[in-house]
Amino acid sequence: MELLSAPTLSHYLVLGAILFAISMGGIFLNRKNVIILLMAIELMLLAVNLNFIAFSSYLDDMAGQVFVFFILTVAAAESAIGLAILVLLFRNVGSIDVEDMGKLKG
Amino acid sequence: MTFPTFLFYAFAAILVFAALRVVTARNPVHAVLWLVLAFFTAAAHWLMLRAEFLAIVLVLVYVGAVMVLFLFVVMMLDINFDNLRKQFRSYLPVAATVGALVLIEMALTLMGSRLAVPGGGTAGPAAGGNTRALGMLVYTEYVYPFEIAAVILLVAIIAAIALTHRKRRETKYQNPGEQVKARPGDRLRILNIPSEKKPH
Repeated sequence: MELLSAPTLSHYLVLGAILFAISMGGIFLNRKNVIILLMAIELMLLAVNLNFIAFSSYLDDMAGQVFVFFILTVAAAESAIGLAILVLLFRNVGSIDVEDMGKLKG
Repeated sequence: MTFPTFLFYAFAAILVFAALRVVTARNPVHAVLWLVLAFFTAAAHWLMLRAEFLAIVLVLVYVGAVMVLFLFVVMMLDINFDNLRKQFRSYLPVAATVGALVLIEMALTLMGSRLAVPGGGTAGPAAGGNTRALGMLVYTEYVYPFEIAAVILLVAIIAAIALTHRKRRETKYQNPGEQVKARPGDRLRILNIPSEKKPH
């Protein structure tokens, strides 16, 4: 496989893997900041969706795109509730540091 | 190198760079804007993979709604972001290790011949367009998952409102029940005062 050959399914899978690895590293990198954590999760979902769509396109099967449709729905719900919890947390604790969230420890 | 190939590498480079900036940006507002760029380039990739409907949905729903919600929250909360970045450098080795591990694992899986990745090109566009094909599937074969997705969205709406709604003590508001119950007698008292003669 030459370096810049025409994109095949593997190219898209590698791109998805790179995106996933970046967001995985991002979760460890920003482990104090809940907003960036949520954004890294969105990025992970994007990588997964890219894989789904690449498979759907190369295997000529629409089921992959239907899956992406549902993932988008659930991801939108997730970020709405996540941000609501974030606002509530900031209102009650006064910060969005993950380490300030230990109240249930007692 | 044909033009679609060039587009693939250009968009892939932008996507990876934007993703890197999302997780390393100093200012969360910038991180949100880089994420918007990442979503736009991902939508371009999806367009090239002939998933037009989902590409448009990604731009409209994700960039148009979810990312704006992120921006609102980032700008609304008065957060000291410098405190959150204090140990950023010390987390870097762990993050790089984990990222590299994930990447190597996936590369091993993809490079191995166990996963038979079809190498052929993509098939022609769906008859009647991608949106039509997706609609035909979603409203027939996947109609129950579709309705469950609708319920999930409803639950998300209610949960988001229920979580963030609060009664403000300092604001003045009307109580409609009390207003409806009011009778003329509560507001107006008619007194029978006898008039007096003027003294001459």
